[in-house]
Amino acid sequence: MKVMPYGVRGSLAAPGPSTARYGGNTSCVRVTGSDGTVLVLDAGTGIRSLALELPTGLSRVDVLLTHLHMDHIIGLGFFGPLYNSAMEVHIWGPASATLSLEARLRRYLAPPLFPVLLRDLPCRLELHHTGRGRFSIGAFRIQAARVCHPGPTVGYRIETETGSLAYLPDHEPALGARRFPADPEWTSGFDLAQDVDLLLHDAQYTREEYPGHAGWGHSTMHDALAFGRLAGVKHLAPFHHDPGRDDAALEKALEAAVAEIKPDFPVTPAAEGRSFDLA
Amino acid sequence: MAMSTKTVQQSVEMILVRQLASYLFVPVLVVDATGTVVFYNEPAERILGVRFEETGRIDPKEIDRLVELSADPSAGPEDSERPLATALQQRRPVHARRWLLRRADRVRLQVELTVFPIIDHEERLLGAMAMFWERHGP
Repeated sequence: MKVMPYGVRGSLAAPGPSTARYGGNTSCVRVTGSDGTVLVLDAGTGIRSLALELPTGLSRVDVLLTHLHMDHIIGLGFFGPLYNSAMEVHIWGPASATLSLEARLRRYLAPPLFPVLLRDLPCRLELHHTGRGRFSIGAFRIQAARVCHPGPTVGYRIETETGSLAYLPDHEPALGARRFPADPEWTSGFDLAQDVDLLLHDAQYTREEYPGHAGWGHSTMHDALAFGRLAGVKHLAPFHHDPGRDDAALEKALEAAVAEIKPDFPVTPAAEGRSFDLA
Repeated sequence: MAMSTKTVQQSVEMILVRQLASYLFVPVLVVDATGTVVFYNEPAERILGVRFEETGRIDPKEIDRLVELSADPSAGPEDSERPLATALQQRRPVHARRWLLRRADRVRLQVELTVFPIIDHEERLLGAMAMFWERHGP
């Protein structure tokens, strides 16, 4: 499978020359299988340009939402396939205890926040709840599970015969832990990430920034590295970069974390347009 | 690439319950849906007289060797039920006012017990949280 980020920024888009190396769009990743199946992970601002690069002739696309915070769905209304009557679009995401996925999405795709109603979209649209469990899309075998982050939030593990990816863009597994990481049994997200070839994981904060943001649902760079080591991942791509951190500051902070944690796997900060091939 | 076969991780709801319990002053036991004790906090270690690191998780059949919980002879009929089993089987909170806790070292404590089930968004029963309140006096 090929994994191509179109948005790696957390919380708020941060375009401009100071973030050009990694990109300023919010969370959106395309995963393409050897059979041509296309998955879109989250619908941040990166989804607009992702749609422009979809292969011609594609008749189905599946959008897997981790949660419904604005930075992960704000691009949905600008996703070209939704306006194409020949397209079949499947949106997967978590319901809440009282509202369906459709009802939750309608809060955004409706006036006054957006002019087009969800029900008026011309594509063939199907919505699916993802809480926990396994399902298949084309050649992909997918496992979803709730993870530690405010509100209903899932992470995904995506596998083919030749590769595995875990996508945990918003994840705070260290929340409340006396020691982190300690026991896999008691670590959020462990099952999803265990032994994967590539982990895209939240690394929004530095250790110094974290105390003022505990409980907001995001990890430090140190914790992302430690989580990757606990899970035995083969490659980590820090993700959900803080919108206030420019390229130079991001590289400096990550280098410091890597020097301290000394992971035994490569660490490549996720960047727009920098793909990963999981053969 | 095979799917992961070692599914050892607890649900995030149970992880958060355990983390919350570890910060509380009140003695707390966390059990899974089968009634197995999967965690108890430091205040619970004090009233149980044993550390969690020593026992690890405790099977429902084994817990009687650690503590004996019985209705206080002065308890009313509303306290005669089995709080933990009731909370799990009937998915409802239970508060038992007059219970006696007898430890393996024969120490006896009068306790009140509050148990509530842990149910996730999909209405799946994950376990229960039992909180002990030490009673002093009659």
